[in-house]
Amino acid sequence: MIKMEYYLIVSTLMFFIGVYGFIARKNMLAILISLELILNAVEINFAVFNRYLFPGSMEGMFFTLFGIAITAAETAIAIAIIINVYRNIGSVNVRKINKMKE
Amino acid sequence: MEYSLFILITPFVLFLLLGLTGHKMKQNVAGIIGTVGMGFAAALSYMVAYQYFFVIGKTAGVFQEMIPVSFEWLRFTEKLHIDLGILLDPISVMMLVVITTVSLMVHLYSLSYMHGEKGFQRYYSFLSLFSFSMLGLVVATNIFQMYIFWELVGVSSYSLIGFYYTKPSAVAASKKAFIVTRFADLGFLIGILILSYYTGTFDFATLTANHAESVVTSMQGLSFMGLSVAAWAMALIFMGGAGKSAMFPLHIWLPDAMEGPTPVSALIHAATMVVAGVYLIARLFPVYIFAAPEVLTLIAYIGAFTALFAAIIAVTQTDIKRVLAFSTISQIAYMMVSLGVSGYGGHDGLGYMASMFHLFTHAFFKALLFLGAGSVIHAVHSNEMKDMGRLHKFMPVSSWTFLIACLAIAGIPPFSGFFSKDEILSAALHHDKLIFFTMLFVAGLTAFYMFRLYFNIFWGKEKAYDSHHKPHESPALMTVPLIILAIYSIFTGFIHFPEFISSDSTPFAAHIEWMHVAIPSIVVALTGIVIAFVLYFKGSEKPVQIAKSLGGFYTATVHKFYLDEVWMFITQSVIFKLICKPIAWFDRHIIDGAMNGLAWTTQKTSASVKGLQSGQVQLYVWVYVIGSLLIAALALFL
Repeated sequence: MIKMEYYLIVSTLMFFIGVYGFIARKNMLAILISLELILNAVEINFAVFNRYLFPGSMEGMFFTLFGIAITAAETAIAIAIIINVYRNIGSVNVRKINKMKE
Repeated sequence: MEYSLFILITPFVLFLLLGLTGHKMKQNVAGIIGTVGMGFAAALSYMVAYQYFFVIGKTAGVFQEMIPVSFEWLRFTEKLHIDLGILLDPISVMMLVVITTVSLMVHLYSLSYMHGEKGFQRYYSFLSLFSFSMLGLVVATNIFQMYIFWELVGVSSYSLIGFYYTKPSAVAASKKAFIVTRFADLGFLIGILILSYYTGTFDFATLTANHAESVVTSMQGLSFMGLSVAAWAMALIFMGGAGKSAMFPLHIWLPDAMEGPTPVSALIHAATMVVAGVYLIARLFPVYIFAAPEVLTLIAYIGAFTALFAAIIAVTQTDIKRVLAFSTISQIAYMMVSLGVSGYGGHDGLGYMASMFHLFTHAFFKALLFLGAGSVIHAVHSNEMKDMGRLHKFMPVSSWTFLIACLAIAGIPPFSGFFSKDEILSAALHHDKLIFFTMLFVAGLTAFYMFRLYFNIFWGKEKAYDSHHKPHESPALMTVPLIILAIYSIFTGFIHFPEFISSDSTPFAAHIEWMHVAIPSIVVALTGIVIAFVLYFKGSEKPVQIAKSLGGFYTATVHKFYLDEVWMFITQSVIFKLICKPIAWFDRHIIDGAMNGLAWTTQKTSASVKGLQSGQVQLYVWVYVIGSLLIAALALFL
C-alpha cells in the first residue's frame, strides 16, 4: 500500500502551485485554474485522511464528492463572470478590472 | 380659599386663548374678553382680600400665613424640593389687590388707547401673560417658584416693551431691559443657590420662621472674603431685586423701557413689575434683618442714593414719560430705603410697613400719572414737553386727575402719598439722620419736578396746535380709569395700614409725627411746588437762564450723568475686549483647534495608508499567505 505521506506530498505541491498561480497569474482563466488546483488538493486530503485514519467512516469521501459538486458550480459561475467581463472591457487581465474603483 | 387659584388661572387661560386664537377675533372682542377676564380676577382678589383681612386671616391677633394650594413639582432630596403653590399673607394679598386693580384699569384704558393698533390681540394676550406671571410671583410659596415667575415677568415685559417691533429704538430698548435684568438675575440665582445649599430648603415659610432661625444657624460662622456667607447670599439676592426695581447702577433699562405703549409703562414699569424687587426684600425681610443686617444698611444707602440721583435727573428731562420713569426709580428707591432702615417687630418694624404702604399708594398714583400722560400723548401725538402747553382747557378730566396724582406723589395731605411718605420719613429719622435729610430733600425735588411736568403740560404757554386737529379730551374709556385711579389716590392713604401689614404680622399703632416729620415734609413739598409754579406756570424764560448758569452740571443731568455711556464703555471696551475676546479666541483656537487637529490627523493618516487598499485581490491574497506562513512558522519554531 502506498504510504499516506506520498499522497500528502502531492496534495501539498498542488496546493502551493495553486496558491502561486492565484497570486502570480494575470489571466483570470489561469487564476480560475489555480483555484481549482487548490480545491482539488484539499479534496485529495479529505479522501486520504478518511481512507487512512478513519477507514470505518465515510464522511471524508462525502465531503470530497460534495466539494467536487460545489467546485463545478463555482466554475460555471466564474466562467460566466469572466465571459461577461471580457464582453465589457475586452480583456481578462485582472489588473485591468478596476472600473468599480473609480 | 382654594378659589384663589382662579386668580392665576384666569389670566393664563386668557393668554392662551388670545395668543392662539386672537388673530381670528375682532379686535374689540379680544379686548373685551381680556378685560372681562381681568375683571373676574380682580373681583376674586378683592374677595380674597376681604376674607383674609377681615374674616379668617387673623388668629389671636396675628395674621397667619396660609397655603391654600400647593403641590410638589420637583423633589431633589428629602428636604429640598420645589413646590408650586399659593401663599397668602398680608403682603401677598395686598399685592394681589394692587396688581389686579391696576391691571384691570390698564385693560380698560387700552381698549381705547390701543384701538386700531396692529397687533391689538397680541397686546392683550401679553398683558394677560404679564398679569399671570406677576400674580404668580407674589403668591409664590418658595423662592424658586418666585424665580420662575420672576423670569416670566421679565419675558412679558420684554415682549411688551418691544410691542412696536418695527421701531428700532423699541427693539433696542426691549433687549436692553431684558439683558440688564437678566444680568441682575444671575446674582439672584446664585444667591438662591447659596441660601438653599446651606438651609436645604426653598420655602419662604421655613426660611423666615422663628426669626430666620434656619438661615442663622446653618450659616453660623461661615465667611467668605471678609463677609459672612449669609450676607453674600442676601446681597446677591438683593442684586436681583435691584435689577428689577431699577436701583443704581442697574436702573438704565427703565427709562428706555418707555418705548413700549404707555399703558404698559403704567402697569409694568410703574405699578407692579418694578416693585417686585421691593417685594422680594420684604418677603425675605426676617432673613435680612436677622442673618444679614449689614446688607439692609447697604440697601438703605443704595436706595437713598438712587432716590436722589433719579430725582435730579427727572428735573431736567423733557420727554414726559422719561420724567415719570425717573420719578418711578426715585419712588421705588424710597421703598427700598424704608426697608433698609426698618427694624423688626411692633413699632420698630415701621419702615417695613411704610415700604409696603408706599408700594400700595404709589402703584395707584403712578399708574394714574402714566395713564394721564398717555391721554396727553394721545391728544398731541408727542412725548415732548415743548409740544404741550395750556392743555387744561382742552382736557379738563386728564388735567384734574393728573393734578391729584401730582399732589399725591408730592406728599400733600390728604392725598395718599403724604401718609406713606410720612411713615417712610419717620422710619428714616429714627434710624439715620443722613438718610432722613436726603429723603426729605428728594421729597422737595419730587414735588418740584412733578409740578414742572404738570404746569408744562397743562398750563404754561399755549402751543400752535393744528387747527384741524385740536387736542381734545380722551374718550370715556380712557377717562373712567383715570377717575377711578384718582379716587384711589385720594383715599388709599386713609387706610390704617399698620393694622394689616407689619414686619411680624402683628398689628401695631403708628401715628403721624407732625412736628419732626410731617410739617417739614409738607413745607419742603410746598416749596418745590411754589418754585415750579413761579418758573413754569406762565412759561417764563427763567428756567433757561437757570439752566445756563448751571452749565456743565445741567448738561450732565440731561445726559443722565452719562451712565448709559459708562455702561457702554464697560461692556464694549472692558468686558468685550478683555474678557469676551480672549474667551472667543480660546474657543476658536484651542477648543476648535483641538477638534480640527484631531480630524486633520485622522485624514492624513488614512491618506497615507489608503495605498494598501488597492482593490487587487491578488495582493490581498499575497499578504494573507505570507501572514499565515509567518504564523505557521512562529507556531512551529517558538
